[in-house]
Amino acid sequence: MAVPKICGIETEFGIQAIAPGEQNPVTASSLLINAYVNHAQRKVDWDFVDETPGNDARGFAEESASPPEVETHLVNTVLTNGARFYVDHAHPEYSSPECTSAREVLLYDKAGEEILRRSMRAAEALYGDQGRIVVYKNNSDRKGNSYGCHENYLMDRQVPFSRVVKNITTHFVTRQIYTGAGKVGHETRLGEGMDPEFQLTQRAEFFEEEVGLETTLKRPIVNTRDEPHCDAQKYRRLHVIVGDANLSEVATFLKVGVTAAVLAMIEDDWLSKTDVSLAHPVKAIRQVSCDLTLSEPLDLASGRKATALELQWELFELARKYQLERGLACIGDEDSSNEVMVRWERVLETLERDPMELANQLDWVAKYRLLTAYAERHGIPLSSDRIAAMDLQYHDLRPAKSLYQRLGMERLVEEEQVIAAIDEPPHDTRAYFRGRCLKLWSSSITAANWDSLVFDLGTDPLRRVPMMDPLRGTAAHVDKLLEGCSSPAELLERLGS
Amino acid sequence: MAERELKKRSAPSRTDTEVEEEAAQGTQKADALKAEMDELLDEIDEVLEDNAEEFVRNYVQKGGE
Repeated sequence: MAVPKICGIETEFGIQAIAPGEQNPVTASSLLINAYVNHAQRKVDWDFVDETPGNDARGFAEESASPPEVETHLVNTVLTNGARFYVDHAHPEYSSPECTSAREVLLYDKAGEEILRRSMRAAEALYGDQGRIVVYKNNSDRKGNSYGCHENYLMDRQVPFSRVVKNITTHFVTRQIYTGAGKVGHETRLGEGMDPEFQLTQRAEFFEEEVGLETTLKRPIVNTRDEPHCDAQKYRRLHVIVGDANLSEVATFLKVGVTAAVLAMIEDDWLSKTDVSLAHPVKAIRQVSCDLTLSEPLDLASGRKATALELQWELFELARKYQLERGLACIGDEDSSNEVMVRWERVLETLERDPMELANQLDWVAKYRLLTAYAERHGIPLSSDRIAAMDLQYHDLRPAKSLYQRLGMERLVEEEQVIAAIDEPPHDTRAYFRGRCLKLWSSSITAANWDSLVFDLGTDPLRRVPMMDPLRGTAAHVDKLLEGCSSPAELLERLGS
Repeated sequence: MAERELKKRSAPSRTDTEVEEEAAQGTQKADALKAEMDELLDEIDEVLEDNAEEFVRNYVQKGGE
């Protein structure tokens, strides 16, 4: 039986500092986050004790693979909504709290955008008229540099990792038809005969391997980082690096919801008998990204050929049977999981009929439609600087500058809920305990991590509260406990830590 | 594709009429979207970055992840 698909999204944002003198992106990212934290809440540092990003899910480390560095000297903080907000490499990064459904992930992803907007405003107040920091939710600078938007899904440790790799790759390659954020042209050598004017995704061309531990070089379609941030005997965390950062709510919702459903099917071994393995996944991910007609057949390992759309239909049909026989409770509440199935089907139907009808739902379609309409009106080619500038500006998070916001795309969450999620943690995972404790007693919490909180009561040695199960520490578990405690000392006494 | 259509007919979640209605609505929606797009294009130059060439050239990021 599939385990609940606790999930979250981490996004590295593009950053431009426009100021005299220092324009180092690391400094700008630190300034941005500090401006927000000093403005919004007391800073609580990240606890690095259990960080092991170099562990490989296949049970070994490749000699050529260089494990990612953990940068402990940069700004790194935890928010009252349970999220982590920090500097990663040279980017501000927001990691959503642990969520139980695609709808909840979407809500906390949108709250992250609003946190970045507030950060820009806080930084602007510091700079005065001397400069500003601008943040973009995209994945490349059009010059060959890419930064990520990673998804994370809780999985059963007992499921052999080789089965996950074998069965998820086709989904990662073919989901691009609705998850792509769109991009004009290309910035790497794509392969023979590939010179697209426009691609479905920002990220496809940066993937060079089928499976591996890397995230910054020779990026793999399936990433093997084995760092569960919870009980490693029971669970693994599938770290998915192959997606685009979406502004479209429908795209984020489907990206997470459908992937969670496919992973649940893999856990219950529903995909092993199907014949959808690709013959050349790395070539196929580029083929799909470059094919705006969605009609190019991909080579399957079996010798059969099928388009990305046909393969998504096959996965959908299996998921519908799975839903009928097993239910989809593991990917969230009934409303969210039913909506995943309904929207998945409708998006595939519409893509089949005419993708342009999805201009108010999917990023790549919205962007393509805007850029081609502008190019046509002004008689300029898609390869012109004006169009490239608009491509970047689609992702600008400033309300006055964002082209995405001008397009009036369909919303799945209410703005009021988004504003509440800036401060309030999800109620149904351990993020609730983390967020509530930070809200109540931030001055006594010296460090936090996904699976622990460290309290400093001023007298004893530091006290670490482990939170090894992402499903414990929910409102149902701890609300009474927290209400009954007047101090962190009392909480620790009751917890017996 | 034929195989998929066969499967869909064997267990349809919606009737053909519903799907057709949606397609018709889709066309109407497309017309409305076109009008909106024309309006957007009329006003968009005001918000676009002034010097496109310089803006694109200066947008340089370090690789991440």
